[in-house]
Amino acid sequence: MSGLAPKHQRLVLVSVAMVVLIVAGLLAAWGLRSQADYFYLPEDIAAKPPEPGRAIRLGGMVQRGSLRTLPDGVTIAFNVTGREGNAVPVTYRGIVPDLFVEGSGVIANGRLMPGGTFEAETLLAKHDENYTPRELEGLSDAEAHEVLEKSVDQ
Amino acid sequence: MKRLWLILPLALFGLFIGLAAYQMTQPKDEFVRSTMIGKPLPAFDLPGETEDAPRLTSQMFADGTPRLLNVWATWCLPCIAEAPQLDALAKRGVPIVGVAIRDEPEAIAQFLDRYGNPYSAIARDDIAELQLALGSSGVPETFVIDGKGVIRYQHIGDIRADNIDEIYAEWEKAR
Amino acid sequence: MIAEIGLAALWLAAGLCLLQFIAGAIGARGDEQGPVSALVRPAAIVQALLLVVSFVCLLWVFAVTDLSVALVAANSHADKPLVYRISGAWGNHEGSMLLWVTILGLCSALIASLERRMDARFVKTALAAQGFVALGFFAFLLLSSNPFARLNPPAEFGAGLNPLLQDIGLALHPPTLYVGYVGLSVAFSFVVAGLVTRQAGPELARAMRPWVLAAWISLTLGIAAGSYWAYYELGWGGWWFWDPVENASLMPWLAATALLHSIGVLAARDALRTWTIMLGVVAFSMSMVGTFLVRSGILTSVHAFAVDPERGAFILGLLTIYIGGAFALFALRAGALAEGKRFVALSREGALVFNNVMLSAILAVVLLGTLYPLLSEALGTRVSIGPPYYNPVTAVFAVPMLLVLAVGPLLRWRRDRISRIAAPLVLVGVVLAASVIAVVAFSGAGVLPTIGLALAVTLAVASWLPLMGRNPRRVPLALWGSMLAHFGVAVSLAGMASESAFSTERLVAVRSGDTVEVGPFTATLGAVEPVAGPNWTALEARIAIAGEGVDTVLRPQSRTFTDPPQNTSEAALLTRWNGQLYAILGDAAGEGRWQLRLWWKPFVTLIWYGGVLIALGGLLALLGHLRSGVRRARIGEAIAQRRADRESEAAA
Repeated sequence: MSGLAPKHQRLVLVSVAMVVLIVAGLLAAWGLRSQADYFYLPEDIAAKPPEPGRAIRLGGMVQRGSLRTLPDGVTIAFNVTGREGNAVPVTYRGIVPDLFVEGSGVIANGRLMPGGTFEAETLLAKHDENYTPRELEGLSDAEAHEVLEKSVDQ
Repeated sequence: MKRLWLILPLALFGLFIGLAAYQMTQPKDEFVRSTMIGKPLPAFDLPGETEDAPRLTSQMFADGTPRLLNVWATWCLPCIAEAPQLDALAKRGVPIVGVAIRDEPEAIAQFLDRYGNPYSAIARDDIAELQLALGSSGVPETFVIDGKGVIRYQHIGDIRADNIDEIYAEWEKAR
Repeated sequence: MIAEIGLAALWLAAGLCLLQFIAGAIGARGDEQGPVSALVRPAAIVQALLLVVSFVCLLWVFAVTDLSVALVAANSHADKPLVYRISGAWGNHEGSMLLWVTILGLCSALIASLERRMDARFVKTALAAQGFVALGFFAFLLLSSNPFARLNPPAEFGAGLNPLLQDIGLALHPPTLYVGYVGLSVAFSFVVAGLVTRQAGPELARAMRPWVLAAWISLTLGIAAGSYWAYYELGWGGWWFWDPVENASLMPWLAATALLHSIGVLAARDALRTWTIMLGVVAFSMSMVGTFLVRSGILTSVHAFAVDPERGAFILGLLTIYIGGAFALFALRAGALAEGKRFVALSREGALVFNNVMLSAILAVVLLGTLYPLLSEALGTRVSIGPPYYNPVTAVFAVPMLLVLAVGPLLRWRRDRISRIAAPLVLVGVVLAASVIAVVAFSGAGVLPTIGLALAVTLAVASWLPLMGRNPRRVPLALWGSMLAHFGVAVSLAGMASESAFSTERLVAVRSGDTVEVGPFTATLGAVEPVAGPNWTALEARIAIAGEGVDTVLRPQSRTFTDPPQNTSEAALLTRWNGQLYAILGDAAGEGRWQLRLWWKPFVTLIWYGGVLIALGGLLALLGHLRSGVRRARIGEAIAQRRADRESEAAA
């Protein structure tokens, strides 16, 4: 490059940087398409099940009366329900989050097994005790709760 | 060519801002709503506000009178902010049953003394069993229960001044 | 009363900030000697003092738990230990914004009182930019998040602080990150001033370097501390989740690392002018984008965070004005900057350009991964992006970058020959080959951990190669710093690879008296008993650990906090020189059994020791550059003095 005029060196540098960044973008796009965990509700699984073994996220409510610990003491099984009454059986090996109880919202990362059971690798309990009014401008998300309240109206 | 790549960062940044601004205007569905609406109140039998007070049971709700069921606690700051709104509802003739979560009789008395008592009855839920059974995700939360003991409406978070009419209307609807 | 003093000081500071901006802007127009523009330095200094007063007032109301202040009532409780009452002051949105503005003000004051290398017009422009950035945050604080607002009537009890936040690591984590973010804002102001005054040479790089270094050190420490906190507090045994909140702190670090190295090129060789300017803007925009993503709640995160779309909109507005403005300025002015010096591909500059491009690619990959859920949600599909995407895709760029890092520091500036560095090159190659073979033969680790371990060993050796042929006593401090930081990268990488290759995990339900084997240890569950702390009660398990000459008891807890009520798992850790044993107590599993989760993680601590070494390296480099800056100034003065003497002699 030393023989090039200054202007050309800058051009070459810029082009190299651009090419690498475009490669990064393409690689990212490919990775994102193939590695994204898609979000499913139980009714989505009923309507259009994902291929078994693919990593997905399942969101819903823990069905009342369905939660039980298997004899090994560390595997739990429960059903996740959505808005339309479909239930997906879920198993999870591990220590459940502290706020995980029947009737609470849950998001599970894992895979649907060939038998139709969802094997969760992680569980996130959606449970928040920290409500604070707008006047106090405190910890939690007042707007989101208003949205929630609206959705309850329906 | 040279000019073009100088504008590139600005253009990419513009894209990001557009996307973020669009997303900010979209409502979020966080999936915390109770699945209990339209279902009967779960069966419970809880001690009253003091050791001597009568116990509170789920059968009491099936007497033909619609009520509000307010899940609250003396340790909960938003419940303080909510107190005037509950008082206003009580003054408009709405019977309100309070369920104090993980609380002490002395603390309850002190709280009611200080912030007013809108409740027609109060129960103590020391292990949050009713709260969990209701699928309620925090304190405070308020449910409209119709005369047959069926849950009709759920209000998540503290009741603000502009929610009073809405909740009153829901209570009217449940009559 | 104290709260009112704090608020008054805050308003006065905002007024002075406006003055700083106006006076600076007048100075920027070329009127350096005018009466108004002379006010810019004093305005900045007094503003910083007022901000410190205001912040101390906030600390005070938190320390005494003044429940008539709404913020205290919402976030604190008199029963908490003093240190967490004080850290509660910045463990919330309003307090953290005040801390942010205070640090910003202190930086302005430092520029105003210490910056002598650049001319007056440059300093005034930089202070104007700094004031402009601060003004937005002042508006944010005073108009929508006043930390001193009163509550009437006062609350009786405070609501407490999220128990997860009651932790010494987390008490120190946000301020450290903020120093980093704000330090990058100084780089941003300097870059803007450089564009306005058309100065983008080595002087600009030398003036920026201490700020960028300081910011980068803080970010490094902040990320390491945050990662360790998540590791032991979340109880999942992982140290990095590629969560949006984590990415929000990683992205500015990546940009700052690139900036640091391109500044090195600009300072030493006057090359990469436009690129450095752009990185200066990008680095600060990444800290703003990070703040926006975290605070607006448009991305869901595993880390508990206060979110509010309204505040998100405010930050988005600020982001648009600052970063949009800076990129527009860049598009208009950067073309007019004089071209820097040239160099060939095989040179120190070449290696650093390679490092910069790779870091930018990693930054792009992380940014795209973080934003993709947003994009996809806009198109109607909800997705989340996790390690299966980030690990391989970042590795594609990180691996070549680390390979070049092993040899880059050996190259000469401007132009070099392969033959000159043939011997160290062969050495690096041999170490790399030997470590790949050793790892493959003895461990059977996966592809990425194998590459990671081999690279770590190679880099650990290669990072000290610049010492070859030098007298160690004459090696400049800054070079020691860079070698130490590169060695820290190797140490950290070794920890990451070892953790993912060699960790063993046991998840069991056991009765009291049962024994479990994990790694080289045996763990025997003793009693599970209730214990009480200042504002929590807990179930505590006693687990006797034996093996490898260890005989100790781990006590993991499942804690219940009362204000606000919440449960947390407290992991118990046994730290050995060669790794960590990590124990979590779960729920009762029926029939008198308890769930236990145990991990043996060989050399996991190297991850954070590496981070500390990187930061230490940065500190050495900072000291080295400051010292040489002072020396350079002294020599300049001496020359001027001698010239003056000679002239006066000639006149005599």
